[in-house]
Amino acid sequence: MSRLGTITRRTFLVGAVAVAGGVAFGTWYVRRPYANPLLDGLSEDEVAFNPFVKIGTDETITIIAPRAEMGQGIATTLAAFVAEELDVRLDQVKVEHGPASPAYYNAAMMEEAGPFPFFDESLMAEVTRRSFGTVAKVLGLQATGGSSSTRDGFVRMRQAGAAARIMLTEAAARRLDVPAAELTTADGEVIHESSGQRLTYGALALDAAAIEPPSDIPLRERAEWKLLGQSQPRVDMLAKATGAPVFGVDITAPDMLFGTVKMSPVFWREPANADLSKAEVVPGVIRIVPISSTYGHGFGILATNTWAAFRAAGLIEADWGTPDYPADSAAIDARLTQALADPASGSSMRDDGDVETLFADAPRERFVEAEYAVPLLAHACMEPMNATAKLADGKLTIWAPNQVPTLTAQLCASALGMETTDVTVHTTQMGGGFGRREVDFSIYAALLADAAGGRPVKVTWTREEDIARDVFRPAAKGRFRARLDDTGLPVALDMTIAAPSILGSVMRRTFPSISPVGPDATITQGAHDQPYSIANYRVRGIKTDLGVPVGFWRSVGMSFNTYFHEGFLDEIAVAGGMDPVDLRRRLVADYPAALGVVDRVAEMANWSEPPAEDRARGFAFALAFGSWIAQIVEIADTPAGIRIEKTWMAADVGIALDPSIIEAQLISGAVFGFSSAMNQEITLREGRVEQSNFHDYDAMRIHQCPTFEIAILENAEKMGGVGELSTPTSVAALANAVFALTGKRVRQLPLSREVAFA
Amino acid sequence: MRLTVNGKAIQIDAEPQMPLLWALRDLAGIMGPKFGCGIAACGACTVLVDGAPVRSCVMPVSQATGAIITIEGIGTPEALHPVQQAWIDEQVSQCGYCQAGQIMTAVALLEANPSPTDEDIDNAFGGNLCRCGTYPRIRAAVKRAAGGPAGA
Repeated sequence: MSRLGTITRRTFLVGAVAVAGGVAFGTWYVRRPYANPLLDGLSEDEVAFNPFVKIGTDETITIIAPRAEMGQGIATTLAAFVAEELDVRLDQVKVEHGPASPAYYNAAMMEEAGPFPFFDESLMAEVTRRSFGTVAKVLGLQATGGSSSTRDGFVRMRQAGAAARIMLTEAAARRLDVPAAELTTADGEVIHESSGQRLTYGALALDAAAIEPPSDIPLRERAEWKLLGQSQPRVDMLAKATGAPVFGVDITAPDMLFGTVKMSPVFWREPANADLSKAEVVPGVIRIVPISSTYGHGFGILATNTWAAFRAAGLIEADWGTPDYPADSAAIDARLTQALADPASGSSMRDDGDVETLFADAPRERFVEAEYAVPLLAHACMEPMNATAKLADGKLTIWAPNQVPTLTAQLCASALGMETTDVTVHTTQMGGGFGRREVDFSIYAALLADAAGGRPVKVTWTREEDIARDVFRPAAKGRFRARLDDTGLPVALDMTIAAPSILGSVMRRTFPSISPVGPDATITQGAHDQPYSIANYRVRGIKTDLGVPVGFWRSVGMSFNTYFHEGFLDEIAVAGGMDPVDLRRRLVADYPAALGVVDRVAEMANWSEPPAEDRARGFAFALAFGSWIAQIVEIADTPAGIRIEKTWMAADVGIALDPSIIEAQLISGAVFGFSSAMNQEITLREGRVEQSNFHDYDAMRIHQCPTFEIAILENAEKMGGVGELSTPTSVAALANAVFALTGKRVRQLPLSREVAFA
Repeated sequence: MRLTVNGKAIQIDAEPQMPLLWALRDLAGIMGPKFGCGIAACGACTVLVDGAPVRSCVMPVSQATGAIITIEGIGTPEALHPVQQAWIDEQVSQCGYCQAGQIMTAVALLEANPSPTDEDIDNAFGGNLCRCGTYPRIRAAVKRAAGGPAGA
């Protein structure tokens, strides 16, 4: 679809990534496999077959699921990959996150970081994907994000299970003196049917680990799967139903201190004229120390309990400085508007045909234009940012609910002037993540541990600090134009989007000496990469630095671009007198997976029949994180305000690995999107975040939650992600429903700027 | 200071104004109740005091003179409370951070009202925020625990 020759994409981020790689890890060893990190710390009675499988002679089978479990159910599905091929039941295994190690690099997350749409299977797109995957391996970046974990683990982790099974079978063959081909495996045993002999994996483990790992590892066909493809009881469910201490905030260690941080509410500024006298006399406070880091400056409080630390944090007085960035919503809007005034300064991420020629002589009644904007958003994970750290004998140990363990080790080492090899990172389960859990809270805990005289310290942020010192979903603004033909179809669509570069902001706070070059695809993610056939189709992104730190927020650029794109398509449908679903059907006709979800959701919601009185529906479609989704939202006008009554979603994920978890993620992503679209907004005043807690930054509550009807389809050729899939369309479909109900086209979020919700 | 938690008397050395949540977590090592907001706005810290759901993040420990029940006190992996069993059967939890508070709210609701309607559930759980959006499964689990028809 896209014509690559006309697009300035070649320098795309590769430069920045390469520089970061050089700084971070030195020499490039693309082919060399990483050492198995499990080999350190094995007892005499257990063996590690590879980085994903440990077996003990006591029959303890441990599977390493090296991605952040932040609620999305990833530990269960990754364990099922290994268990499926290892021939063990999920209730037979222990599932652990495992150590921080480059062996657990995430190639799939990087593969789609390039500028090519998911459906682009051109040579250049494929080469770029492979290159980015290789960069991920070389960087050894163990990270959870981009709805990539199942795609990344799908082959590698099944192979890990199969390799171990093959080695165990070979060990049994030697012990029983029978050909391996006569042996089968099930439920953690190798079985010789004809003689009735059975050997457990535990009994075979030591012998098996000494056997050369197989080089050819055939994987089972889908028809043979016992676990994958079916809903599994989640491996973390019992612990979470019984209040087990699995989260970062639950870490306890002997002699542990407690702490918190009070960072400058003005980003990047160092406090001056600090008065700590009131804070220092709070009973229980041990010490208050300045914190200086690449993330910002402020104070850390060491205390005998968290409450004392919180009280002290609130009593610190200082001159926090003045912002050197747009300090309020008006200034942010002005900066984005100014950027949009020079669209040629943007990077064309898609440029099909020639939109300018089409616009030059467009008749007024066939021309549509609009401007959309979204605010900064906080993540507001239920578990506030926290980490526990201990520095003793030159070794730093960190327990952190984090999405980037290898980077955590590296940056904490850097903050303390240590070698990365002297840092051990334990990744706990996390009370929500949504892209927030990067490195700041771990660095602060490490710095406080440095002041704690060898004692461990658990550093928990207040909710106020968690919201004020987030790394926010970018504020963004877009200007869109379209020309319609006589039937109402768009023949030209031009989208220009101004937003800060997330990668640029991440680099500023992690590797501040590096300036990323080239466009940032997240600015137009969800706009340039959609499978719509429009002859003249241009999408430009303008990097617009806003100073305030921005980061990855569930669905990243799609969290605003799908609202922009699908909102504007809804306007096009109205202007052209077309049904919004019919418009999408026409535009996605080249992509069967897209057509499949559009048709299915229309059928589920009975779209062709009008809704009941005082009700209205909105529609949106997206190709998001490799999966295809169409969604309809039905809302009602009630005396208390607008109520979201029901939503229908049809999602094509290619391969539905665990339907129950996929359903949960589709609901979860929708509630997350609805929450943001209805009411959420982070605003600045004098450079400081105005919101502070759930009373002024709330999210959807149970009484606001609609009912859901979901269809999971498997027509797509490639497997997609699900963790972020439904957030973008939920925002857009709700906004379109609000127009259908009220006639108000709300082009700036949150929707509560113009309508009230029950 | 003496507290009665999950049927056991415990002795802690706390300032009277310290919220019950921090006395439980930092001083008594009882980790089930969670810190989410500190202003009684999210319900993650919900415990029962004399059977009533209480936001422990705003209750001074000196006022917690009644029988305190946390999630650790209602059931164990080997002997689950019916509400916990329903939570597992419906596969409610995602991140799980709010769920101790949700489960304690459910226990209190069903104790007072064994057959709650949807509206009763809305009223009881309005103060329990879940950022993962597990609300439909929470509703189903409450109904299952009440002995009603399963399924959302």
